[in-house]
Amino acid sequence: MATAKQAIQIPDFSFSTPIDQVGVNERADRFTKRSIKKESKVNGLKLVLNMIDLTTLEGKDTPGKVKQLCYKAMHPHDAVPDLPTVAAVCVYPSMVKVAKKALGNSGIKVASVATAFPSGQAPKDVKLRDTKYAVQNGADEVDMVISRGKFHAGEYNFVFDEIAAIKEACGPARLKVILETGELVTYDKVRKASDIAMQAGADFIKTSTGKIQPAATMPVTLVMLEAIRDFYYKTGKMIGMKPAGGISKSKLALHYLVMVKEVLGEAWLSNEWFRFGASSLANDVLMQIVKEKTGVYQSANYFSID
Amino acid sequence: MGKTTIQKSKIKIAENGVDKTPPAKRLEVLKTYKIYIGGKFPRTESGRYYIPTNAAGKKLANVCLSSRKDFRNAVVAARAACSGWSGRSAFNRGQILYRMAEMLEGRKAQFIDELVQQDSTKNKAENEVAAAIDRLIYYAGWCDKFQQIYSSVNPVASSHINFSVPEPTGVVSIIAPQNENHSLLSLVSVIAPVIAGGNTCVVLANETKPLCAVTFAEVLNSSDLPGGVVNILTGKPSELTTWFVDHMDVNATIYCEKDSALKKMLRESAAKNLKRITFYDSVNWATDEGQSPYFIMDTQEIKTTWHPIENIKSSGVGY
Repeated sequence: MATAKQAIQIPDFSFSTPIDQVGVNERADRFTKRSIKKESKVNGLKLVLNMIDLTTLEGKDTPGKVKQLCYKAMHPHDAVPDLPTVAAVCVYPSMVKVAKKALGNSGIKVASVATAFPSGQAPKDVKLRDTKYAVQNGADEVDMVISRGKFHAGEYNFVFDEIAAIKEACGPARLKVILETGELVTYDKVRKASDIAMQAGADFIKTSTGKIQPAATMPVTLVMLEAIRDFYYKTGKMIGMKPAGGISKSKLALHYLVMVKEVLGEAWLSNEWFRFGASSLANDVLMQIVKEKTGVYQSANYFSID
Repeated sequence: MGKTTIQKSKIKIAENGVDKTPPAKRLEVLKTYKIYIGGKFPRTESGRYYIPTNAAGKKLANVCLSSRKDFRNAVVAARAACSGWSGRSAFNRGQILYRMAEMLEGRKAQFIDELVQQDSTKNKAENEVAAAIDRLIYYAGWCDKFQQIYSSVNPVASSHINFSVPEPTGVVSIIAPQNENHSLLSLVSVIAPVIAGGNTCVVLANETKPLCAVTFAEVLNSSDLPGGVVNILTGKPSELTTWFVDHMDVNATIYCEKDSALKKMLRESAAKNLKRITFYDSVNWATDEGQSPYFIMDTQEIKTTWHPIENIKSSGVGY
């Protein structure tokens, strides 16, 4: 066979790995039975905080709101020294410039959603321009949505080509591909979409936009983590994972970390390879950290609004 | 009636020669005394229980021995219920308190029975339940009246209308009276004024006489009171009191014992987030001394508003 053909080996996506739904649900449930206390809990919570993509994706976002969020990203809770910052701030393309300026050289990344987020119902050239606009304004990461309609219609090539084209438009920016698992419905389809995204060049795969219920759940994340694991075994390439939406409590976030560690291993336990897309999670984590420090249950009144 | 039917059937069986053993006595279905959090009756998260006994040493029940995490969950529920409850009209809160009294009236017999199990006499128990019902009615009436009585329009030396109004303080943690023979009446007497004023609360029931507290929770649950407004835990004050007063999301604490060393400690802990702390250590709940609108005011805070107005006198126009 010709070498040029061997270089690009794209599997036939119509034969994607089937998923055992009952098995996945039960396995995911096991992760919630671990007890993490005291010192390990504090370390885990700090890691969670460091993995958060602090997000505001609303029609009513203003430059002021974004600046406030950026300040929160850099100073989660100044009353506690030696806290890490969050990983990134996630905004709409029109707010990238504001966020970039506000974050300065803090090392916190700016992530921008693009490609007609959240529906993805726009022609390809609009999506490409949307992406380029975000990157030109300084986005370090791009969160794109896949075309779920085309995916359901079985046009996997279309979905694949679109992701590949956006990846090209991203240039140096890392690409997170949002599958919107709430609209894919079955685990089989989630697995298939994950495979397509990774093969097409995604740096991260992400569960949800946060606009559709259900958003991230543990079983769906498990399916995606296993897809990442299989992809890694096949190609040696690490892909990141970002569950987003619906994770607002520290305890749940710690369960996710347990899951990542047990499915993918230590290598993925950093914000380079794992993120939480969330906004209210940050304050809950901070409240738990302060609780561990002071021994007293905390009130949201004493933490900045996010 | 029931007994005779059983005996008849016994004879029948014997006559037929099918079974000559006497029928087994029916197993009584006993109530599981669970705690009340956010409008639900969970068991304690800790899985622990204790067995209170009456003076004669008879075991009363297996009762949940709540942990600090139950308290934490209860505060979350109480906080969530806060804006809804305080946002209701005072009149509607009064209606719901009245409804609580109605429901309590309907289950009188059960409360009397439990009080008798817990060392009261039938006569005393009847009086106590009646007094508890009346107390709820009393505070139901005050719901839409205390605010105007304790409000004021204040004279100020500038062009402002200045008025002060009592507003609910928020989430109140209550250690119900412990050394108290009137376990139901004292419980009702500390809860009613707190919720009449629009607060939500987490209550630790009488440790040695907890039965009525759990049954009272069932009354609350069937009287249109939104879940989370009153949360009732059973357990040991020796374990939980510090958590009740330490929690940063609790705005006021009510404590009813006389232990002065502990009171000092509670005052210090309450200072962490400037909780209001109130001690009802020598109130006789069985008399009229146990009911007063001042009990409502103990968990209210006065908010003063300065509203600018035109200086009517000098300009000669109205506003």
